[in-house]
Amino acid sequence: MAVISPSGTRESPGTPDTPKQSTRGSRFRGRGRRWIPYAFLLPALALEVIVHFVPIVLGVAMSGLRVTQYQISHWWEAPFSGLGNFRIVLDFDGPTGKALAQSFFVTLGFTAVVLSGAWIVGMAAALALQRAFRGRGLLRTLFLVPYALPAYTAVITWRFIFQRDNGMLNHLLGQLGLIDSNPFWLIGHNAFWAECVVAIWRMWPFAFLILMAGMQAIPGEVYEASSIDGAGPWRQLQMITLPLLSSVNKVLVLVMFLHTFNDFSTPYILFGGSAPPAGDLISVHIYQSSFATWNFGLGSAMSVLLLLFLALVSACYLAFTRRTGHES
Amino acid sequence: MNHDTPGYRLFRYVTLTLLSVFVLAPLYVMLASSLKTLPDVQGEFTWFPSSPTFQSFIDIWHTVPLAQYFVNSLIVAVSATVLSVLVAVFASYALSRWTFPGSGSFKSAVLATQMFPGILFLLPLYLLFVYADQNLGTDLVGTRTGLIVTYLTFSLPFAVWMLVGYFDTVPRDLDEAAKVDGAGPLRTLLQIIVPAATPGIVAVCIYAFMTAWGEVLFASVLTDEQSRTLAVGLQAYSTEANVYWNQVMAASLVVSVPVVAGFLLLQRFLITGFTAGAVK
Repeated sequence: MAVISPSGTRESPGTPDTPKQSTRGSRFRGRGRRWIPYAFLLPALALEVIVHFVPIVLGVAMSGLRVTQYQISHWWEAPFSGLGNFRIVLDFDGPTGKALAQSFFVTLGFTAVVLSGAWIVGMAAALALQRAFRGRGLLRTLFLVPYALPAYTAVITWRFIFQRDNGMLNHLLGQLGLIDSNPFWLIGHNAFWAECVVAIWRMWPFAFLILMAGMQAIPGEVYEASSIDGAGPWRQLQMITLPLLSSVNKVLVLVMFLHTFNDFSTPYILFGGSAPPAGDLISVHIYQSSFATWNFGLGSAMSVLLLLFLALVSACYLAFTRRTGHES
Repeated sequence: MNHDTPGYRLFRYVTLTLLSVFVLAPLYVMLASSLKTLPDVQGEFTWFPSSPTFQSFIDIWHTVPLAQYFVNSLIVAVSATVLSVLVAVFASYALSRWTFPGSGSFKSAVLATQMFPGILFLLPLYLLFVYADQNLGTDLVGTRTGLIVTYLTFSLPFAVWMLVGYFDTVPRDLDEAAKVDGAGPLRTLLQIIVPAATPGIVAVCIYAFMTAWGEVLFASVLTDEQSRTLAVGLQAYSTEANVYWNQVMAASLVVSVPVVAGFLLLQRFLITGFTAGAVK
């Protein structure tokens, strides 16, 4: 049984007692107060269990049940179907599996575009605001507005901008002479790009915020020393900024990946609940498959598969970045 | 310090101009459209309102029970924020100051929940609430309580993750000094650690509040007409037959201004919070 000790005691030098006595003393105290960290942790633990762990276990259990609208109030008595739901969901020739696969690949493309777009834009903004100049504070504040804006208001405004006849985008493109007739932006293949633009607009300030915080942690002397050695801004970016941001980037990329892959608000609000196939992201797809048809068993099976995929990607990513981190 | 090179200056100028336009365009559309009349906003897009009016700012309160949604959102977001930060402060202190069996696995488990798609919890949680209401006599489905309990855990992983990092930066000598003075862990936490970690705590509060204020997925399933929050309630301006775009935009402004203003006022805490807590 491991000994609980306040980790501070080990490292604290200069206690008046001799080392032996102090160890004995703290262990004695530690035994009496072993419950304290657990007591502090208990509320968080209880909530995590109720809202996260129990539902996940339930979700896995439900993926083996045939839960439909008839069993909602007594879902625990729904007939057992074994791997039946998974068989339907993974049958890519059947309509359910086909639609799920399509939605999965759309989400994959969407994540790739939004993640790289948000990172590049956020990085450009952080670099442009790296050095002091007049108006820097004002622009920094402005750039954080999309991050602070509630999802609904941001996305509904973009939906208005993308309207075919009374939207700003077609009006602007017409004024610039770039289009003759008004294209639809929220139907067909355009829907995918419209969705990406909105998601990048909402996501890039987060990348900007984290990268800016990361850059602030780099001491100015490093840049001064390198500019004495004759390094220009581009070289400084390559040799100093990017390498020193690598640990920040590891976390940032993973968080943005998970956030974008699970994005529900953007497609749900942009398309008013029913996304066109080209913009049908996985979260909305599962939501529709579950709540529109009340087929909770199928929805759970899809969720479980999604979780397995995300866990696999995260584990690979963490293993990969840890290894490359050791080498450098 | 050396002077900016012309190349960097050009890069800065172009980047900042493009980004300002990108950020401002939707905000401008929101403002300009909210000042338009219904026929004006429904016709071909114009950059300026033909006859600017504040009428839509009055109408929004009647078309939809906006005040009710506002109160619901406020109660839900404030309760979820206060409770989640309180829970996170205690948990983070335990994780930062003690190593004990299970502390490592708790930390990774909490981080792992960040990764789960919301849709994964939604169905089982909904059914769990249905079960609790029928068998335990609770009132969770369609109430603010159910939403508060849910949101409370949404910001928790992030809050714990950030606060542990933040508490780690508070020197342990302070804890030792408090202990010598005879303070127990609770008093040490509240009187020494919390004040020293204020920027981190404020940052976590902002995050928790914004998460709860803007959440759409769970709010659309777990609320009913009485407990509906703004994020879902605003959808009522769009009906099958008509979208009151001027009112949608006016309501969006009214809903956004408090959070955005609060956020911008407190942003320096967020940046220092990220710098110390997350970026190490």
